[in-house]
Amino acid sequence: MTEDKAAPASGSILVVGGGISGLTAALEAAEVGYEVFLVEKNPSLGGRVSQLNQYFPKLCPPTCGLEINFRRIKDNPRVKVFTLAEVEKVEGSPGNYNVAIRLNPRYVNENCTCCGACAEACRTEIPSEHNFSMNRTKAAYLPHEMAFPARYVISPQIVGTDDGARCMEACKYNAVDLDMKAKTLNLAVGSVIWATGWQPYDATKMDNLGFGLYQNVVTNMMLERLASKNGPTQGKIVRPSDDKAPASVAFVQCAGSRDENHLPYCSYICCMASLKHATYIRAQYPDAKIYIFYIDLRAPGDRYEKFYTKIKEDKNVFFIKGKVAEVSEDPNTKNIMVVAENAVTGEKIRQTVEMAVLATGMQPTAAVSKLSADLKYNEDGFIINDYDKGGMFAAGCANKPADVVSSNQNATGMALKAIQTLVRR
Amino acid sequence: MDKKYGVYICTGCGIGDVLDIESLSGVASGEGLPVKTHEFLCGKDGVSVLNKDIEENGINTLIIAACSRRVNFDTFRFPGCIVDRVNIREQVVWSHPRADFPALEEEQKNDGEHFDRVQMLAEDYLRMGMAKVQKIQLPEPYKVENLSRKVLVIGGGITGISAAMDVAKAGYDVTIVEKENSLGGYASKIRKQLPVNAPYDNLINPVIQSKIREAESFSNITVKTGTMVARIAGQPGEFTVTFKKPGEKIEFDVPYPLPPEMKVDENGKELDADKLNEKYMEYNQGRKDILTLDPDGELYGSVILAAGWRPAEIGGDQYAHLGYGQIPDVVTNHQFEEIAAKGKIVKPSDGKEAKSVVFIQSPGKDQDDRDFEYAGAVTSLVSLKQAKYVREDYADGKAYILYQHMRTPGLSENFYKGIQQDPGIFLTKGQVISVSKNGSGLIVEADNTLLGDKIAVKADMVVLAAGMVPETKFDPVVNLAYRQGPAFRDIGLFNGYSDSNFICFPYETQRTGIYAAGGIRRSMTMEEAIEDASGAALKAIQCLESVNRGVSVHPRSGDMTFPDFFFQRCTQCKRCTEECPFGALDDDAKGTPKPNPTRCRRCGTCMGACPERIIGFADYNIDSIGSMVKSIWVPSSDDYYEPPMRIIGLVCENDAYPALDIAGLNKLSYSADVRFIPVRCLGSVNVIWIKDALAQGMDGVFLLGCKHGDDYQCHFVKGSELANIRMQKIGDALASLALETERVAQFEIAIDEYDKIPQIVNDFVDSVVAMGPNPFKGF
Repeated sequence: MTEDKAAPASGSILVVGGGISGLTAALEAAEVGYEVFLVEKNPSLGGRVSQLNQYFPKLCPPTCGLEINFRRIKDNPRVKVFTLAEVEKVEGSPGNYNVAIRLNPRYVNENCTCCGACAEACRTEIPSEHNFSMNRTKAAYLPHEMAFPARYVISPQIVGTDDGARCMEACKYNAVDLDMKAKTLNLAVGSVIWATGWQPYDATKMDNLGFGLYQNVVTNMMLERLASKNGPTQGKIVRPSDDKAPASVAFVQCAGSRDENHLPYCSYICCMASLKHATYIRAQYPDAKIYIFYIDLRAPGDRYEKFYTKIKEDKNVFFIKGKVAEVSEDPNTKNIMVVAENAVTGEKIRQTVEMAVLATGMQPTAAVSKLSADLKYNEDGFIINDYDKGGMFAAGCANKPADVVSSNQNATGMALKAIQTLVRR
Repeated sequence: MDKKYGVYICTGCGIGDVLDIESLSGVASGEGLPVKTHEFLCGKDGVSVLNKDIEENGINTLIIAACSRRVNFDTFRFPGCIVDRVNIREQVVWSHPRADFPALEEEQKNDGEHFDRVQMLAEDYLRMGMAKVQKIQLPEPYKVENLSRKVLVIGGGITGISAAMDVAKAGYDVTIVEKENSLGGYASKIRKQLPVNAPYDNLINPVIQSKIREAESFSNITVKTGTMVARIAGQPGEFTVTFKKPGEKIEFDVPYPLPPEMKVDENGKELDADKLNEKYMEYNQGRKDILTLDPDGELYGSVILAAGWRPAEIGGDQYAHLGYGQIPDVVTNHQFEEIAAKGKIVKPSDGKEAKSVVFIQSPGKDQDDRDFEYAGAVTSLVSLKQAKYVREDYADGKAYILYQHMRTPGLSENFYKGIQQDPGIFLTKGQVISVSKNGSGLIVEADNTLLGDKIAVKADMVVLAAGMVPETKFDPVVNLAYRQGPAFRDIGLFNGYSDSNFICFPYETQRTGIYAAGGIRRSMTMEEAIEDASGAALKAIQCLESVNRGVSVHPRSGDMTFPDFFFQRCTQCKRCTEECPFGALDDDAKGTPKPNPTRCRRCGTCMGACPERIIGFADYNIDSIGSMVKSIWVPSSDDYYEPPMRIIGLVCENDAYPALDIAGLNKLSYSADVRFIPVRCLGSVNVIWIKDALAQGMDGVFLLGCKHGDDYQCHFVKGSELANIRMQKIGDALASLALETERVAQFEIAIDEYDKIPQIVNDFVDSVVAMGPNPFKGF
């Protein structure tokens, strides 16, 4: 005999943020049997990891894990997804929250078959956010080809223009609705998981590193897009000034991180990310010289150390212990000169490269735009979890800098904390 | 159920522009099935047509020829109905544009020479869908007889206690089993812990005692100290657990499988079932077979493995320069913690004060900058913590930390920064050359330091940053009464760790219902272990709730099907038992498999392995796929002067199928002579499908799935690897049919490699064309 207490649900859970942490938290809770609302401010789920080309250390595509998670959503009616949605207000106490969610207009309704006729008809192009504005996309667009939900979006920019009308006309299925207005949705939930993730630290803030001034200085997240087949260069890593294959690349570690003037903490992922980037470059350019300027190479744990060991075998990858002090450009060649002091020998190094990658760190989203709920933050903007109070919990990089493994691990745990709040009620 | 069929063809999204819908409809009406077409089937009006048919006409088996099943998944969900999606959008019209595959001119139709490859493709897919739904059933969930909602936690250290409390707080009963006589584990043997909150400047007192007191106050937590797990038998939802005292020998100690060398006779020939059983009983004398359930065993629903770690041994030539084992005052971080927990830090050699201590973070030989094995960030943090002990004990104490890379990731950087302010703690990168005696003290020589080349530091003691080795490296711990053996499978591949798909799904292992947490999973701090415990607690609860609902856990979460066996035809070959990645099957003395459905992840590897083809799922079986294969029309020279090739692609639905869809979305075009059949995992591919395809005159078959090997991407761990082995073996069978072995191939593709699809497909088709048509065609 089986006891039939199937879903021990006594309330529902709101998960804010549909990146990898939010997806994990939402699905893990829903698969226990709870009703979950997953709210994402962008038009599709996946967050930062959907911008990555590969995961370290396995060098496998993030879309593989995302696809499974999307399938889990499709197969689980307990998860309700809202995209283009932002939390406006959370009021109440553990077990009993009232949430106001603003649903921003997509200008494309559920009739969309993803056929792409609107994009074909649209003439306006807007900078592609997914690709950090390195290229442009039509103002009627699919965020990217693996996007979930697989539904087009129309930029507010063309609403009320001829282009808007063209999109509407092109759609045979009456899916384009330019009269769509923002709506507010009110939900009653028992607990809230904040999985609001992180932003790449604004690299223009480091005026010594030349980002924004020199074309061939890019960030690590931009390099992910350059290496991605569905990125602005169809996966070809080229330097932005002349689309040329770089013969040499410098990686500037701790670009902002471990720096009192910027991010005082360590961003956890950048060392492993740059080691991974060395493999991207090596895969395309067998002879390119790669220089990694670092303070400490943080590749902790068996698997990461093994990955680092493998990269060290590459004789054209040079590791220099020294923080980069200055970056400059040769205006003729557009080459980049990186200046650093070797911490061990004291020698001043001037390395000219064809392209430089800043390993910019992660800043919690909450540090950039405050969340509308009664939460405690540390001085860097990471949410501090108060388990005694319960009710609301931060998961993944909203809570601390973390890699994907730790984010998933942490988000699974936070799903349980959210459930405990409901049970306690 | 009595099936009442309905075929629905969407003509939207370009389908109607490319295909001859009348002729496509004829495929279904020719079989006597009612067909309806709609220009916008996923719209409100289109769906209402379907709903009306279901409600008014009793249609309960729907074949929907439209877009991919990956989209509009909720639009075409009809409870109580069998639904098959025939993908004529992404995988037919979008990937085979008329520019490359022109439609026939009027005079070319039926001239015996021309044919429309795209139309043929769509018609075949529709036939395949129609064939499939005849052979599948709606699943009915599997329910266990004696569901237990209790969770067992193995290990009563800080991870185990935290996990138990997390389970208890969610309202479930939980038992902690600890082999020592008291709870606490390593956490009770330390002096202090790392700070967890700002300002991160002071070490905190151990939290373990208050945790133990808190755990003891829960009425739904049972603690068994001085106890260990002798065996865990059965399956998730109804594990029967036998406990014993450490060191005790009992009849329910878990038996071990015979080692390979004992399975063969003196000539290397495999022993027969009786003989094998005899040997096995002999090998495990005094122990009951795995299928005998302990009548006094306790029932549990799922298990959290928190058995912790052992301090790594430092030995061998590579560490000889460090003097460990030779010089008593060179100790590991673990030994140093023991000294520190007892009182002031004193030298092991003479009990005198150790005021100057060197901490060696990386062994430093041969210009290598690696840390000690199994180190992780925790050893960096522990060095910093222990340096602080020296400063706590002696106002004039000095601590030196020699590291290659100070690994204090994330917010733990704050603690490192605090330590840097301490004038008595000296931190430098450096390559340790030697540790030697210097009178009653020690001298540490290092090179390439931040303080200069070749420095020598005098010290009273030297501490080595040894790592944390998971307990599963030495012992199965879980002692599973599984035919595949008591331990996690492939543990060697993961350096003794039990996890399988560790990036995306960190709690998954190759044993369903058992979730590892803490130091057994990764070198981690106590603070991390406490957090890790919460995740494992969730998975343990989720597993037993899934069992209760009769559905699968990850990665086919919610799947209600499970493998069904037609035992009358079983030849006891044991392949299913051996190949299951999750050890779901236990064969008996004769070799007949005993299914344990709640251990199963529904990948179908057993179905692919079975030479008698007696294993299948309600909605996925030998016959359903076999019938799809057989429904494909293979034109011969009787039909056309030069008939097109017919090739089957068996594609993994997790990665390859989405990649095909994305190729379609990007309008990448490839041969129209290939018919794709999605499979749950390449491991589920039974070679009979391939043989049948070739026997009916098809010209080639290929498998398309994920990467295997050390960095495998298979969601079921072993599927693509097993398929690869089977494909290598199929060569002999083909040779006996006088067919080229190259007619069967397997290709690797990752989900994001959609751009490679045209080349993979076209190259294979070209190679088949070069071989010429299958000689069996037309027979």
